[in-house]
Amino acid sequence: MKLKSQAIPSSDEFRANRDAHLDALKVVREAAEIAAAGGGERARKRHLERGKMLPRERVANLLDPGSPFLEVGALAAHGMYDGAAPAAGAIAGIGRVHGQEVMVVCNDATVKGGTYYPMTVKKHLRAQEIAEENNLPCIYLVDSGGANLPNQDEVFPDRDHFGRIFYNQARMSAKNIPQIAVVMGSCTAGGAYVPAMSDITIIVKKQGTIFLAGPPLVKAATGEVVTAEDLGGGDVHTRLSGVADYLAEDDAHALALARRAVESLNRTRPATVDWQSPEPPAYDPEEILGVVPADLRTPYDITEVIARLVDGSRFDAFKPRFGETLVCGFAHVHGCPVGIVANNGVLFSEAAQKGAHFVELCSQRGIPLVFLQNITGFMVGRKYENEGIARHGAKMVTAVATTSVPKVTMLVGGSFGAGNYGMAGRAYQPRFLWTWPNSRISVMGGEQAAGVLATVRRAAMEKAGEEWSEDDEAEFKRPTVEMFERQSHPLFASARLWDDGVIDPRKSREVLALSLSAALNAPIEETRFGVFRM
Amino acid sequence: MFGKILIANRGEIAVRVIRSARSMGVATVAVHSDVDAGAMHVAEADEAVMIGGAAPGESYLRGDRIIAAAKETGAEAIHPGYGFLSENPDFVEAVEAAGLVFIGPPASAIRKMGLKDEAKRLMEGAGVPVVPGYMGAEQAPDRLATEAERIGYPVLIKAVAGGGGKGMRLVERAEDFAAALESAQGEAKGAFGNAHVLIEKFVSTPRHIEVQVFGDGTRAVHLFERDCSLQRRHQKVIEEAPAPGMTEEMRQAMGEAAVRAAEAIGYSGAGTVEFIVDASEGLRADRFYFMEMNTRLQVEHPVTELVTGVDLVAWQLRVAAGEALPMRQEDLALGGHAFEARLYAEDVPAGFLPATGRLSELAFPDGVRADTGVRAGDAISPHYDPMIAKLIVHGDTRAVALRKLARALSETRVAGTVTNLAFLGALATHEGFARGEVDTGLIARDLEALTAAPEAGPAVVAEAALAAAGLDRRADDFAGFALWQPLTQTVRLMREGEEIACRLSVQSPSEIEIGVGESTVTAARTGGHWRFDGRPAHGVHVDGARITVFAHHGLAFNHVDPLEQAQVATGENVIEAPMPGRVSRVSVSAGQSVRAGDRLALLEAMKMEHALTAWRDGTVAEVLVSEGDQVEAGAALVRLEPEEEAA
Repeated sequence: MKLKSQAIPSSDEFRANRDAHLDALKVVREAAEIAAAGGGERARKRHLERGKMLPRERVANLLDPGSPFLEVGALAAHGMYDGAAPAAGAIAGIGRVHGQEVMVVCNDATVKGGTYYPMTVKKHLRAQEIAEENNLPCIYLVDSGGANLPNQDEVFPDRDHFGRIFYNQARMSAKNIPQIAVVMGSCTAGGAYVPAMSDITIIVKKQGTIFLAGPPLVKAATGEVVTAEDLGGGDVHTRLSGVADYLAEDDAHALALARRAVESLNRTRPATVDWQSPEPPAYDPEEILGVVPADLRTPYDITEVIARLVDGSRFDAFKPRFGETLVCGFAHVHGCPVGIVANNGVLFSEAAQKGAHFVELCSQRGIPLVFLQNITGFMVGRKYENEGIARHGAKMVTAVATTSVPKVTMLVGGSFGAGNYGMAGRAYQPRFLWTWPNSRISVMGGEQAAGVLATVRRAAMEKAGEEWSEDDEAEFKRPTVEMFERQSHPLFASARLWDDGVIDPRKSREVLALSLSAALNAPIEETRFGVFRM
Repeated sequence: MFGKILIANRGEIAVRVIRSARSMGVATVAVHSDVDAGAMHVAEADEAVMIGGAAPGESYLRGDRIIAAAKETGAEAIHPGYGFLSENPDFVEAVEAAGLVFIGPPASAIRKMGLKDEAKRLMEGAGVPVVPGYMGAEQAPDRLATEAERIGYPVLIKAVAGGGGKGMRLVERAEDFAAALESAQGEAKGAFGNAHVLIEKFVSTPRHIEVQVFGDGTRAVHLFERDCSLQRRHQKVIEEAPAPGMTEEMRQAMGEAAVRAAEAIGYSGAGTVEFIVDASEGLRADRFYFMEMNTRLQVEHPVTELVTGVDLVAWQLRVAAGEALPMRQEDLALGGHAFEARLYAEDVPAGFLPATGRLSELAFPDGVRADTGVRAGDAISPHYDPMIAKLIVHGDTRAVALRKLARALSETRVAGTVTNLAFLGALATHEGFARGEVDTGLIARDLEALTAAPEAGPAVVAEAALAAAGLDRRADDFAGFALWQPLTQTVRLMREGEEIACRLSVQSPSEIEIGVGESTVTAARTGGHWRFDGRPAHGVHVDGARITVFAHHGLAFNHVDPLEQAQVATGENVIEAPMPGRVSRVSVSAGQSVRAGDRLALLEAMKMEHALTAWRDGTVAEVLVSEGDQVEAGAALVRLEPEEEAA
């Protein structure tokens, strides 16, 4: 059924919303520009003088002309390490090579020599996780000095640290998820294992080097004096050692060789969903900025957003008269059938039951799920606890956690408390999780958290017979409110890779479509749900 | 009228003859070499007979096989076209001996005009003015030098049996005579087996004006003149009718002289009497001299057809079939003005080298007569003349016709080979030519300007880049999608030996920014059509890595593939043939050290010899061909030792 929008684009409210969203976008855009600029003008110039392409150029020239590039973790490490690692010193994302969707991970040697900060490791591992879950070949454009030594404690020892990169490579290779490395600069120490663990490795002549220990360490260890090129240059590795397979003249040639390698992968997409021919929404996605209120606390009808995301603005709402605060229904996004689960207010028991029911339906039919999160949480209070809202919420969480269909989550507003769980937050491993600049994420609202802490403290003080003035209480609450405010901001979240990126809400449809397209490189397994608490 | 004729030719002239024959209800038989089995003239004919191998000596020059093919298919007459056997009297006799009709003049007329000195003498006797000269049998260099002195420099040395500029030398000063004579004689001997030359006065400010005649064996009419003064090295480039500046008095004088010439040898069929005209003082009725008579249908006959309304091929058939001359002289009239431009596959910047290639695109605009023997997809092979087409236009006045020619040339699309289209376009817009200031020296004088490579502006380069990236075709809804900034990809193009790096940044499926040097061009798609900085696309053809943008008569680019380039980088020690041809001399042997610029070999192609030189100092590692070898363009000829080892 075609949705009918109630929005009036000429209204003051619409315009005010739009202006507020554009302001929020501006902040994110500026952060994205800083991230994309890498290690700054001087480092970029030095890089170019060595005859190397800049990392974003490398990615561009690897991909098909005009290929979409769904970047992940573009804002990683934003505001961290005193701003020393824009984009965490690496570019990751999904693009097309000869029409095949691939995951590209590209080191940025202009950022501290491409060394791995803790967030670099996290970003690399997240890119690999996406590749593994979605069956995407990996292409590593390597130009890195290895682990960032001052941060070695957060980079080396733990499970999800540096070593996991090679573990993932081996595991993916075993699943016939091709691993291709292009060595376009240093590849030292642990980093040497990226090309060594790859199925196919290309190295650039007189530019790429691979060695477990560089010339200084060799000299220190054994006294042997050797040049980097003789120790582990392209000629050595393609002619003598066999660590690399193809010798490239320069970056352009290396990328062309990588493209040729992808051509012979012999991959086909599994048959998954019943694609329809795509159709633009009847309502312009541009209007999203006007229909979504600037203030998170202002309620609005989520179908106004859905109408601007789905093909023909057609939406088959499921159980529309039951549990109305959760909107569920079927639609198509750029031809791909989807089941949409979206919040229209706080979750009640009925809404949670409806959500679980709908997730079961989609799982049965193999329809990917799209979650549009704008949730303050499950309803609280005696009535609700007594009727077993935790039991009903658990049903929804179980369904969301155990379904095998691809899930894509988008934070279009608040993401608070257990609502985050039921709506496929990060812990529920959606294939992708994107956020809007106006979204906020935290265990609860800052005011509520401060209120909880204040209530506890007041009780303790009153028990001890102490007085607590209203002013003192406000002063007590302020740091908590501020901390929540700062930490719930999407830039703070995205910097820590709690999501895959902050996006322009007007690009939501494309982001969803590209996410789904990437996800459907993997077959959809049959779902086995856990025990539902009935 | 004949029921069926055979055309002993190929290419555009065979197609041209077939069309007239068909319009008269005459069935046609094509003959062809093995490589021409799929050629256009074969497709157009009612029947076709394969007569031998690719080399003309094995097919189109094999009179015996052609006659046998005619007998076998029941053709009653043979049309020779031009070139090949068209002026071979022995062939004419053999055709007639086989009981067939030769559509052309009698063998005797061809013989009389075949030897230039005899023809001149004959013409003098018939009252046709000739250029002062010497055409005696005595060929001693001293005697010839004395005669040259008598005639007065500058003089021309010409092969007695020659044609097409072979064995011809211009000598401006007495001291150069001996050397020029030796080389002319050598060339004549090689080309015609006859070293005899004649010497004649060289006319300054010469114009080449020829008169179309048509005879029935006793009487003849003329169909006015054609001006073929636009020549490059004696090769006609653009012809027109009538001649600019022609007076009625001179036209009549020339026409009458031409008719006398034809009648003097009992000419029948279509022929052309060529005159050299001394235009140093404008066109004057007493300043034209007989040069030679071409006893066949000329390449440029269509301009006469367009100004007289006569189908010359139809006339040929009618007269050969025994009909009277279709019109009397007084019924023939000139109407308007016509031009013909000869479109060739040739590499103009490289000195008009003949080129080959598969015509991946070939399209002519409306409003032009395009006589062609090839279609899109056909090859211009090294075996035959590299002509692609003749573009012929007609207008009420010379100015109108010339503008139509310029437009037709600019709208003609050829891809898959290099052509002289831009050169023709430059001629068609040459100011002096537009004023009618034509003489045979015009092209040589202005060669640099006429052959200047057209500048490819940023918008044209952008169009090529877009096509190279394949972004000009299908629109992808996600083209250029990026979360924040679009990615910028580099497309590398080669043009005129220079690399152009274009930076493509897809902003949206319908908008692409293309950085070319310092400029940025915005390509926008509306209604499925691209515009570049607001101007409509010129149109483009992509054939593998070769991109042709149809601007400025077609600008070709090569899309640089890093994979290919890496391969070439390892092969830079090899000297390759720049065009197909015959290796006429190998000047070096293995182990010999050479300096940059030294000649390694000579390649003979399309009437010219090309020296292949070393591009750097080095040592010859290997000679990969022998003298006399026929090679394709790009064939490896000589390999030098790698530079490092040689150093």
